[in-house]
Amino acid sequence: MHLAGRHHSSAAEELEVITPSKLAIDNVSKTFKGASGSVVALDDVSLNVAEGEFVCLVGASGCGKSTLLNIIAGLEKPDSGTVCTDGKPVTGPGRERLVMFQEPALFPWLNVFGNVLFGLKLKPNLTNKDRHDVAKYYLELVGLSRFERANIHELSGGMKQRVSLARALAPNPRMLLMDEPFAALDALTREQLYGDLQRIWKARNKTIIFVTHNVREAACLGDRVIVFSPRPGRIREEFAVDLPRPRDINSVDLAVHATEITKALKNHSQPELAVAE
Amino acid sequence: MKRFLLAALFFAVLLLIWEALFRAKIWSPVLVPSPRQVVVYLESAAVDGTLLKATIVTMRRLLIGYIIGLIAGLPLGLMTARWKVWQDTVGTLALGLQTLPSVCWVPLALLWFGQTEAAMLFVVVMGTLWSVVIATETGVRHVPPIYRRAALTMGSKSLHIWFKVILPAALPFIVSGMKQGWAFAWRSLMAAEIFVTILTGFGLGQLLHYGRELIAMEQVIGIMIVIIVIGLLADKIFFSPIEKFLHRRWGTSQA
Repeated sequence: MHLAGRHHSSAAEELEVITPSKLAIDNVSKTFKGASGSVVALDDVSLNVAEGEFVCLVGASGCGKSTLLNIIAGLEKPDSGTVCTDGKPVTGPGRERLVMFQEPALFPWLNVFGNVLFGLKLKPNLTNKDRHDVAKYYLELVGLSRFERANIHELSGGMKQRVSLARALAPNPRMLLMDEPFAALDALTREQLYGDLQRIWKARNKTIIFVTHNVREAACLGDRVIVFSPRPGRIREEFAVDLPRPRDINSVDLAVHATEITKALKNHSQPELAVAE
Repeated sequence: MKRFLLAALFFAVLLLIWEALFRAKIWSPVLVPSPRQVVVYLESAAVDGTLLKATIVTMRRLLIGYIIGLIAGLPLGLMTARWKVWQDTVGTLALGLQTLPSVCWVPLALLWFGQTEAAMLFVVVMGTLWSVVIATETGVRHVPPIYRRAALTMGSKSLHIWFKVILPAALPFIVSGMKQGWAFAWRSLMAAEIFVTILTGFGLGQLLHYGRELIAMEQVIGIMIVIIVIGLLADKIFFSPIEKFLHRRWGTSQA
């Protein structure tokens, strides 16, 4: 893809590929108190993620994987334990760790371009011209240049998630946190997005933490797949997926990995929660 | 164009029925004037300036009161949505006062302010304020939390979130509250003007009142038509474009 070099304006600096984040999660626990008693969402979870690594967290619903993502994002605080990015503890949300949610969190009062621009407007060192150039670059990267003036409700589910991706990438974060971003999409659209995400990940060099309950998806995208068990949420096993990229979700090699991971997932889930896909 | 022609035809038929009823002389011509008489009255009132003057007096009261109501109502609604204490106090008060037909403020306004412009403004403000407070509060409460979370991760902070996320997200509710506030204000002002003679200015309501006193039915009907037209224009010129924009952006139902 066209990288920063294509832009010779002052936006070029903003579009530079920067060093991705290193993530260290140490002994993180979190309990939610609800009406039906307390639920241990995370129990003593530790995880290290290397710079530029693509890590997938899989587990049955309620295993705390989304909670962990929210804690990394700084949207929730752990009861105990620490989360550090590049050696610095996470104390709150920040644009070096951007989140892409499952439900489209796009703002309906802004058009596509306005949405991508939102995070850029919060960066004080840019001129408006820079911001426009950067937003255009990312819309092109996700293949939606033609739709920059479109209203959000006019987009299909897949297009909405592409805009979400562009919006999350635009402020040039070091880390991308993705919370089941493709779960609501149809299979065909999803396959396209797997290809695009791998391409963009390579082009923009981000650390990605990707939460999913879809094992094939995890095997297709992740360098590493971390298997969670629910109640209490714990890391049980991890699998390195060393297949060449870009990976095809339908390949046989990938299926071998996926089968192995599914087996582990079933082992670690209670019987009634074993269905993972 | 076809829609316009159909509408024009509809109103032409209405006028014809009116004229026919007048000619049938079922009722006294004092009580049912002809459309022509009404037009003649409106023409003369327009020419001698009474109509314009009264319209200006009424619109000034309405606009000033409405704007005060908006300026006070928006922040009150935001704070009511933001803090529990405000919700329990101001929120409850707003809910209660909104159920009170705003014309009920007229006696109180007269005792407090006498027959002055202030009394008129007060009635209009009371008509506007509570609707706007409640609509703003409801709107803010209906903003999906995910918008706030998404904005937080992009580096948006408290005030920025309020102005760039929560307020725009609540806009559809706020606009319908503004519209309701406008309707309440307009109705209560007319009631106040009909009830009360204010020496500082003769509004449309007062013209209506004196039409009755003089048993000048063409004046009564003429002024009623003017009031209807103003209401329609406010809707078409001000609210309709905003609502159309919101419908287009949000993708909500649009005929």
